Amino acid sequence: MATALIDQQNAADVGPAGAAARSAFIALLARDLTVVRKEFGMFLARTVVQPFMLMFVFTFVFPKIGQGVGGGAGAARFSTLLVGGVVASSIIFQGIQAVALPLVQDFGYTREIEDRVLAPLPVGAIAFEKVVAGGVQALIAGLLVFPMGLFIPATKINLHVNFLMLIPVMILGAFLSASLGLFIGTRVGPRQVPLIFGLLVIPMTFLGAVYYPWQSLAPLRWLQVAVLINPLVYLTEGMRVALTTGVPHMNSAVILVVLLGVGLFLMRAGMAGFRKRVLS
Amino acid sequence: MATVSTVSTVSPVSSGSGPVIKTESLRKVYSGAPAFGGPPGRPGGPPGRPPASASAPATGTAVKQRDAAVNSLDLEVERGEIFGLLGPNGAGKTTTIGMLTTRVVPTSGSAFVAGVDVIADPAGVKQHIGVVTQTNTLDRALTVRENLIFHGRYFGMNAKRAKAEADRLLDVFRLSDKSSVGVDTLSGGLAQRLMVARSIMHRPSVLFLDEPTAGLDPQTRLSLWELIRDLNKDGQTVLLTTHYMEEADSLCGRLAIMDHGEILASDTPSGLKRSVDADTVATITASGDPNALAAAFASAADVVKAEATSRGVEVHVRGGRGIVPRLMTIAGDAGFDVSDLSIAEPSLETVFIQLTGKDLRD
Repeated sequence: MATALIDQQNAADVGPAGAAARSAFIALLARDLTVVRKEFGMFLARTVVQPFMLMFVFTFVFPKIGQGVGGGAGAARFSTLLVGGVVASSIIFQGIQAVALPLVQDFGYTREIEDRVLAPLPVGAIAFEKVVAGGVQALIAGLLVFPMGLFIPATKINLHVNFLMLIPVMILGAFLSASLGLFIGTRVGPRQVPLIFGLLVIPMTFLGAVYYPWQSLAPLRWLQVAVLINPLVYLTEGMRVALTTGVPHMNSAVILVVLLGVGLFLMRAGMAGFRKRVLS
Repeated sequence: MATVSTVSTVSPVSSGSGPVIKTESLRKVYSGAPAFGGPPGRPGGPPGRPPASASAPATGTAVKQRDAAVNSLDLEVERGEIFGLLGPNGAGKTTTIGMLTTRVVPTSGSAFVAGVDVIADPAGVKQHIGVVTQTNTLDRALTVRENLIFHGRYFGMNAKRAKAEADRLLDVFRLSDKSSVGVDTLSGGLAQRLMVARSIMHRPSVLFLDEPTAGLDPQTRLSLWELIRDLNKDGQTVLLTTHYMEEADSLCGRLAIMDHGEILASDTPSGLKRSVDADTVATITASGDPNALAAAFASAADVVKAEATSRGVEVHVRGGRGIVPRLMTIAGDAGFDVSDLSIAEPSLETVFIQLTGKDLRD
C-alpha cells in the first residue's frame, strides 16, 4: 500500500475547518434546493393553492357576485391591499412548512438528520442552513403571488411598488418565517403536527392583518393591541408600505426592526432546540 | 470485490504517529430523558443506559454504574486496526461511539480522534470520521447515486469529483444497477452496504460501525464482514461495536469487553481467551441435579471450575489429558446419565462470563 502517496492526497482533502464548514454549508443548501427542484410539482401545489384560492374568492368571485368587500371603489381598494396580505401570509405559511415539517419527520421517524449532523460543520450552522433553505422557499412562494395579483382580480388593483421597502421586508419576512419553522420543528412531535396548523397558522393568518390594515382595528382597541404579538402583522403591514399608497400603516422602521429582532430571536431559540435534539 | 481499487479512497489521513483514538477517563451521564439525538436506542429502554438488570452485581458501585452510561473509559486505538467494543445491549458501546463521533457530549474526561479534541472541536473531528449508525440514515429524498454525490460534496469534493467518486464506489460496492433508484427500495443488506460506501467516501481516518450486522441475515452478515476486512486491508482503521462474539472474534485485531459502561478487559481475541483460567471448556448435559453434578466434577484433577449453567454443567479444565473419558467416569460413578458432552476451547463468551458472571446473551 503506497501510504505516503495517499496521505498527500488526503492532506489536501482535510483542509482548514473554516473552509470545510463553508463548503459543507453550500453543499447542504444545494441538497435542499435539489430536493425542492426534484419535487417542484409538490412545491407548487403547497405554495400556490392557498394564495390562489384567497385571491380568486376575495378579488374575483366576490366582486362578480356583488358581495365585493368594501363595495364599488372599495372593492378595488380591498383587492389592492389584499395582495400584500396574501404575499405575507404565503411567506409565513411556506417558511413554516418548508422547515418545520421535514424536521419533525427527521426527529420523529427517519433520523436522517443524524447523517447531516455528521457533515463537517458546527451543529448550529446546520440549523442555520435549514433557515436559509426555508427562507429561499418562502421568498419564492411570496413572489409567486404577484402574477396572481395581476391576473385574477376582477377589479383594478393599484400597486405602487417601493422596492427600497419591498426587498428588505420580503427578505426579513422569509427569514422570520423560516426561523419560526426551525423553532416549531425542533419543539413539536410528529403527532402534534395538525396542531401547528390548527392552533398556530390559522389564528396567525386570520389575526395577521392579512385582510385588513392593522390601523382599521382601531374600534377594537384591545384586539388591535393583542395582535401585536403576531409577527405576521408586521410582515403584512410592511408589504402594504411597500405596495400601496394611501393605506394607513405602521411606522416602517418599527416594522423592519421587529421583523429582524423576532427573526433573530426565533433563529437563536430554534438553533438551541436543534442542538438539544441532535446532541445528547 | 475489487479490493485493489478501494486503496485510493481508503487510507489513514496522515502519517502522524500515536493512537488515532485516545480517550482518558471518558464519562457520560445522561441527564433526565435522553435527547432525541442521543444514540439510537433499541426499543424497550433508553439508549446507552444499562438495563435495570437484576444480574448487576449488588456492590456499592452498582448505583454509580447505573447512573453513568459510560464510566472512566480509557481507550487507545491504533491506525490500521479493527478494534471492537464487545458487550451486551446497554453496555455503553453506542454511547462511546456517540461521544467519539461528536453526537453525544461527554460529561467529563477527554477524547481525541485523529489528534483532534472531540470536546473542543467537534466540527474538526467530523472531517476525520466516517460513521455508520444503527439506524438507516440514508437520504430518502435522493437516489442511491445522489446520496453518494451529496455526501462527497458535504466533505468538500467539487461536483465533478464527487460524481466520479460516487460512480467508482457504486461499482466497487456492486450497487451500480441501483444507482438511480430511491433508497427506500433497497433491501437491508444493500442499504447497509450503501451506508458503508457513503461513510468511507471522504477517506476518514477512522470508520465507526455501530452494530453493523445487527438485523442482517447470515449471508449478508458474512459479505459485510468480508467488506470490512477488505477495507481494513486497504488501511482503513475501523472501530466497531457488536454484541456477537463470533463477529468480534473473527473481525477484530483487538477488542475491549464492556459492561455497565466500563471496559472490563482489552486485548487481542486470543489474548483474552488465554486469560481464561482454563484451556478446555467441557459442557455436559445429564439427568439429575446439575449442581450436584458440578460438585462431583469440581474435585476432579485438572478441573479449575465446574458450575451449572443454562446450557448444562460447564467444566473449566487446565492441561487435562483424556478429560472426556474421565468426566464420563465421574458422572457415571456419581449416578448421572450423561446425554451430551462437548468440549471446546474457551471462547469470548467464556471470557465474558468469567468477567461478569453472566451470559453475553442474557
